[in-house]
Amino acid sequence: MTNKIKTLLAAGLLAASGVASAQQTLLNVSYDVAREFYKDINAAFVPAYKKATGKDVKVEQSHAGSSAQARAVADGLDADVVTMNTTTDVEFLAEKGVVAKDWSKRFPDNASPTTSTMLFLVREGNPKGIKDWDDLVKPGVQVVVVNPKTGGNGRYAYLAAWGSVKKKGGTDDQAREFLTKLYKNVPVLARGGRDATTAFLQRNTGDVLITFESEVESVNREFGNGKVDVVYPSTSIVAENPVAVVERTVAKKGTGDLAKAYLNFLYSDEGQEIAAKHSIRPRNPKILAKYEKTFKPVKLFTVQELFGSLGEAQKVHFNDGGQFDKIYTVK
Amino acid sequence: MSASAARLAAPLPAAAKGSRGGSKRVLPGFHLTLGYTLLYLGLIVLIPLTALVFKTFTLSWDQFVAAVSSPRVMASYRLTFGASFIAAIVNVFFGLLVAWVLVRYTFPGKKIVDALVDLPFALPTAVAGISLTALLAGNGWIGQYLEPLGIKLAFNPNGVVIALIFIGLPFVVRTVQPVLEDTERELEEAAMCLGATRWQTFSRVILPAILPALLTGFAMAFARAVGEYGSVIFIAGNMPMVSEITPLIIIGKLEQYDYAGATAVATVMLVISFALLLVINALQAWQRKTQGVA
Repeated sequence: MTNKIKTLLAAGLLAASGVASAQQTLLNVSYDVAREFYKDINAAFVPAYKKATGKDVKVEQSHAGSSAQARAVADGLDADVVTMNTTTDVEFLAEKGVVAKDWSKRFPDNASPTTSTMLFLVREGNPKGIKDWDDLVKPGVQVVVVNPKTGGNGRYAYLAAWGSVKKKGGTDDQAREFLTKLYKNVPVLARGGRDATTAFLQRNTGDVLITFESEVESVNREFGNGKVDVVYPSTSIVAENPVAVVERTVAKKGTGDLAKAYLNFLYSDEGQEIAAKHSIRPRNPKILAKYEKTFKPVKLFTVQELFGSLGEAQKVHFNDGGQFDKIYTVK
Repeated sequence: MSASAARLAAPLPAAAKGSRGGSKRVLPGFHLTLGYTLLYLGLIVLIPLTALVFKTFTLSWDQFVAAVSSPRVMASYRLTFGASFIAAIVNVFFGLLVAWVLVRYTFPGKKIVDALVDLPFALPTAVAGISLTALLAGNGWIGQYLEPLGIKLAFNPNGVVIALIFIGLPFVVRTVQPVLEDTERELEEAAMCLGATRWQTFSRVILPAILPALLTGFAMAFARAVGEYGSVIFIAGNMPMVSEITPLIIIGKLEQYDYAGATAVATVMLVISFALLLVINALQAWQRKTQGVA
């Protein structure tokens, strides 16, 4: 309610101040670890937009856990655009009628201008000799992962491990057995991606950390190069980073064009380059090839290919009573 | 600072007793203040809690039972309430000790120690959790010496208890301290003169006087621990069936957009906590009646 009053007041003030300072602001609600990426994107977008349209804009960012952000937007946070790291979060907003039902078709590539994948981080020199998924279930290897119940990072790690068995021609039963063994080797189920990185690097817990490729860059930045080695497993999963315009807000604020321009900027060469610099895989094949040193080839499979959709995977694997619960409750 | 606030607060019950006599009232009439009290409690406490319960009504009874009684959730209740209970008991003993030292002795730096007691109130609990983990994890300052001895304090239920002891300590100290200050030393001296041993003096004279305060401190430390989230998740390791606290289950359900399931578990916690607090309050009332001390 007070927010409404504030918005009214703000609207009144804007109207009073006249056309001269009709600077539009755009709020990008995003996930936790994309903070640095969008800071660079915004710095590039504002002058580009000024050049194209002659208008001054200001972009504000809000970052927290992806699902928490989606809930905030559903409950009324006035985001103009949402940029998430799991499609289920945007699907949830579509269900609530906050973003368009066909949001995934409004922009190219499933409305995901960038992707990431799951890799392993091991300690310097790879003392346990970890090369692929099978090495993670060996006795004496400790694996740090995120709890799939509380973080998208953990869901992708789980699905990547499951898919690694399926891609080798394994059955669902074999995949389940593999994951049971894998989670037996997990000493700490972190709550979120950053939590897992802290446990692995600062607390020295575990031998392997399964995490997003894009996290490698921040690990090197935070903890110094060379403290960890990156291991590229033979197969891994494509994690799409979906984006959408929040129709509810742009209808009210009249920022539809700006929001669209902002999201389209992510697909531009400049936007894709910035993504690559942050270890987020660009969709543009030319730019992806240019950064092949960062993005070593991994045989990638999509969620759609093996699980139908993230929503389906959620139902089968992560909801209460699903496969993940069985791993921990069936002795 | 809050010690002096507590000291100020302590004589209040006596003042209230005086006003029941009906002569002078500092605040305007009973009706107005009671009405305001009810309104305020309604707005701040009752309406949000009602909303919580209503949200769970979107579930059918079977769904509700399934949501609140799956093995993982049951394991988390055992951990949350068990660890909170242990932590509160530990705090009763050591909180009493801290309060005793602060009230009965003077020593250099006493003011600083007094202020230190309140830190867990003020500190963001996540900071506490991270610092405790840094201390106790396998490579931490303390953990590196303990782990070779086979004592693992981080990333298992031990860590949960330690975090809960940390956040609960001020509750016991701050409830017992003013009462200890009020107890008259003459009573102890009289007991000594009458030939009581130290233990008799403590158990027959001091303890009855401070028991209600101790129980209150216990109840508050316990209730605080049951709801604690921030500090615990960093040190617990969060393994399902082993070291997963109920608040984490609730957050987990929210992350899956299972609002109804999350509020269902929250409702169960609420009911258990409320029942426990009622029992403790009843105990206290009974204690006052039998002991005849206020």
